[in-house]
Amino acid sequence: MKHACVRAAKLVSVALAALSLAGCSLATSGQEDDRGTEPQGQPGTGGTVVLATHESFALPKKLIRQFEDESGYTLEVRASGDAGTLATKLSLTADNPIADAAYGIDNTFASRPLGEGVFAEFAPTTTPPAAYALADGADRLVPIDSASVCVNVDSAWFGAEKLDPPTTLADLADPAYRDLLVTPGASTSSVGMAFLLATVAEYGDAWPDYWTDLLANGTKVVDGWEDAYYGDFTSTAKAGTRPIVVSYDSSPAFTVSGEESTTAALLDTCFRQVEYAGVLEGAANPAGAEALIDWMLSDAVQSALPESMYVFPVVETATVPKDWARFAIRPETPYEVAPDEIAANREQWLTQWMDVISR
Amino acid sequence: MDGRHLPVRRIAGLLLLALGPVLVLGVLFVLPVSGMVAQGFWVDGRFAPGEVLDVLARPRVHRIAWFTLWSSSVATLVAVVVGLPVAHALHRLRLPGRSVLRAAVLVPFVLPTVVVGVAFRTLLGEGGPLGFLGLDGTPVAIISGLVFFNVALVVRAVGTAWESLDPRPGEAAAALGATPLQVLRTVTLPALRPAIVGAASVVFLFCATAFGIVLTLGGVRYGTVETEIYLLTTTVFDLRAAAALSVLQIVVVVALLAVSARLRQVPDPTAQRVVALPRSVRRSDWPVLSATALVLVAVALPLVSLVAGSFETSGGWGLDNYRALTTSGDNRALLVPVTAALATSLRTAVDATWMSLLVGLLVAALVTRRSHSVAERRVRSVLDGFFMLPLGVSAVTLGFGFLITLDQPPLDLRDSPLLVPMAQALVALPLVVRTLAPVLGAIDDRQRQAAASLGASPARTLLTVDLPVVWKPMLAASGFAFAVSLGEFGATSFLARDDTPTLPVVIYRLIGNPGELNYGMALAASVVLAATTACVMLAVERLRVPSLGAL
Repeated sequence: MKHACVRAAKLVSVALAALSLAGCSLATSGQEDDRGTEPQGQPGTGGTVVLATHESFALPKKLIRQFEDESGYTLEVRASGDAGTLATKLSLTADNPIADAAYGIDNTFASRPLGEGVFAEFAPTTTPPAAYALADGADRLVPIDSASVCVNVDSAWFGAEKLDPPTTLADLADPAYRDLLVTPGASTSSVGMAFLLATVAEYGDAWPDYWTDLLANGTKVVDGWEDAYYGDFTSTAKAGTRPIVVSYDSSPAFTVSGEESTTAALLDTCFRQVEYAGVLEGAANPAGAEALIDWMLSDAVQSALPESMYVFPVVETATVPKDWARFAIRPETPYEVAPDEIAANREQWLTQWMDVISR
Repeated sequence: MDGRHLPVRRIAGLLLLALGPVLVLGVLFVLPVSGMVAQGFWVDGRFAPGEVLDVLARPRVHRIAWFTLWSSSVATLVAVVVGLPVAHALHRLRLPGRSVLRAAVLVPFVLPTVVVGVAFRTLLGEGGPLGFLGLDGTPVAIISGLVFFNVALVVRAVGTAWESLDPRPGEAAAALGATPLQVLRTVTLPALRPAIVGAASVVFLFCATAFGIVLTLGGVRYGTVETEIYLLTTTVFDLRAAAALSVLQIVVVVALLAVSARLRQVPDPTAQRVVALPRSVRRSDWPVLSATALVLVAVALPLVSLVAGSFETSGGWGLDNYRALTTSGDNRALLVPVTAALATSLRTAVDATWMSLLVGLLVAALVTRRSHSVAERRVRSVLDGFFMLPLGVSAVTLGFGFLITLDQPPLDLRDSPLLVPMAQALVALPLVVRTLAPVLGAIDDRQRQAAASLGASPARTLLTVDLPVVWKPMLAASGFAFAVSLGEFGATSFLARDDTPTLPVVIYRLIGNPGELNYGMALAASVVLAATTACVMLAVERLRVPSLGAL
């Protein structure tokens, strides 16, 4: 009898422990549930507007609060995966959209969701410069920001070695720069893909030959931008051995030491990526989605883009930070490949590219 | 009472009991995966299986499938071989500080692959201290990365079984003149076979579906089935080819599970298990101890470089990276400080743990009960394999499947905060089952029968016969589940909401943003994640109070 009591007491204590653990579970925390369940709730406000985007999305909290106060909408951001994942998500859920608006579809991925009828027609109140507009789908996708993928060099390293840094894509295959370049792979990184597109734009159908030369010249291909920049680039990696890396035009603004940046972007090697936003077809809150995109084109948000997401604004009245104005110089004539050409050839290019590099 | 109807009734009862877990897995796994695979099989509303099968004829697919198979097999083999001496040393010998070591061994298992990738490459890279080996970007680097991650699974799963192994048969053999090696070969290893095979099959599945580590350490030259599915789904948008590879993956995993189920069959299911006290270290233990020391050093190397990096700041050594963890990082890289993400991670892990433990216990009990007929045994082993499947199937396929199949009431889970712990519990479930099943399977059914004939109710039988034996392994399993949840990245990054990211998601974000402080913070946050895991494991060890074990 006594044993049974002891046992019962032990069981109760175990059960209590389990319950107290449950107290710190997600299921019992109410604050997470009251958002998003009522898309059109809360009288006197415009309800919730849901933004689907990629994992690099970031904007200052203050600006978001300001948007919510002024418009009456509650903004819910669902950010996960890279741009390709986002494009696939939107395309697969075209008939039952996961959000009201989407941001982060770039010019290399735009044709896929446009083809699946993901976006509704929409004209923002602020018209961004026509230079960023898509040839197909300009009535549905609104440019928000742009950033160029450029070859970067460690100026300090080249200075110490008394070697002139390369300036063009052709230079990279020059034996003088043997074993110096590291790039993220086109199959695993959007930065790598942009660099591949730059070489396609420069060399046309002969690009595989150029890549064969690059590899013969000791080019190192790694998985992601992080691996290249933090794992191999002499300026930013602890044990880096490669003073040339494929990165962004804005990267030199993050390696400023004293009055100078220790790195530089080669402006004749750039491929421009433009990111777009759009209202989703069948959105629960289309008015909110339109207000959100209009807000993203406002000077306040556009001026916050560089420091939040390392990209340049598209609206000309926006301002960029001091370091950016000095060290992040934008290419004037970046390489371009038309979005539908990318869509039509992406698979073939990637397969060819993978064949070249695994040779 | 017709005796011939009994098996049918038993199987019906079994299926009824299995209904709950099967439904859970059906909704959270079978439905999403088949939904996503169907996207590839139906082209413009037309069922076109032939075109999908054509994909399997591509030479590139052959190359990738072969590489996946052999690299995972070698990694599994190495993990088992190096894991066994460590399991013995940490679970059977009275080593000083062994509970700390046991907790520490599990640390690599939860580290985010990006961070480990960078740590490995700092060591193996062209400029690193081991750079002269020229291993960077080779299959050797990939395999050592896989072993680094998974050796803990072998140590813990086999160690737990070893601990509760009756030492007397071995002692008897030794008394009869068997050498230690003979005892190991003829007594100990056969008794451990279910645990070893179970651990090896889980490790193989983890290796075969590894994603980040293969990409980081192998460069882009070596694709596996998993990385290829990701590429095909998100970059190329060739859903047909992705479906073909997913089906291939499922077929291979099912075949592997069938083989491992056969190998796992216990030679003597009535073996008596008692908890043996760890014995003190003898001089003759030196081979085991030196092997253990070697493995521990190898595991510690990348960790040490990680910890060192976390203390390195722009102005020399210091705690700046750690102080910054409460902030949003350099250039506001984060929406949520690392400390808040840690809290989310812990809460998510609690949920994932109870979910996987609840379902896992039920499944383990179901699949190990003694079968009374061949048909019944088949049903049980099919169920057993079914619950292992989630580990072997692409997280990408599962993730996108969630989006397109769980989007309508009553199953509108797309935006549920519980979706992340559910997905993590699914990943942890096979581990929980594999930890519990060998122990439950080894309970002599006659004990239960004796209890029943003495008048004990089924619940009472469970309490007095099963629970005392399964108590410790249950703690081990919950530790596993907790660790899996803390470290899970693939499914989580896909499903986690921006306002409530988990720690690995935040670390990934930090390392993906430029700025020296962000990189340092990523390392510091990884150290915090590792330390948290080690503490949880240590607490679980502490919970193993002897009096509770004898409940």
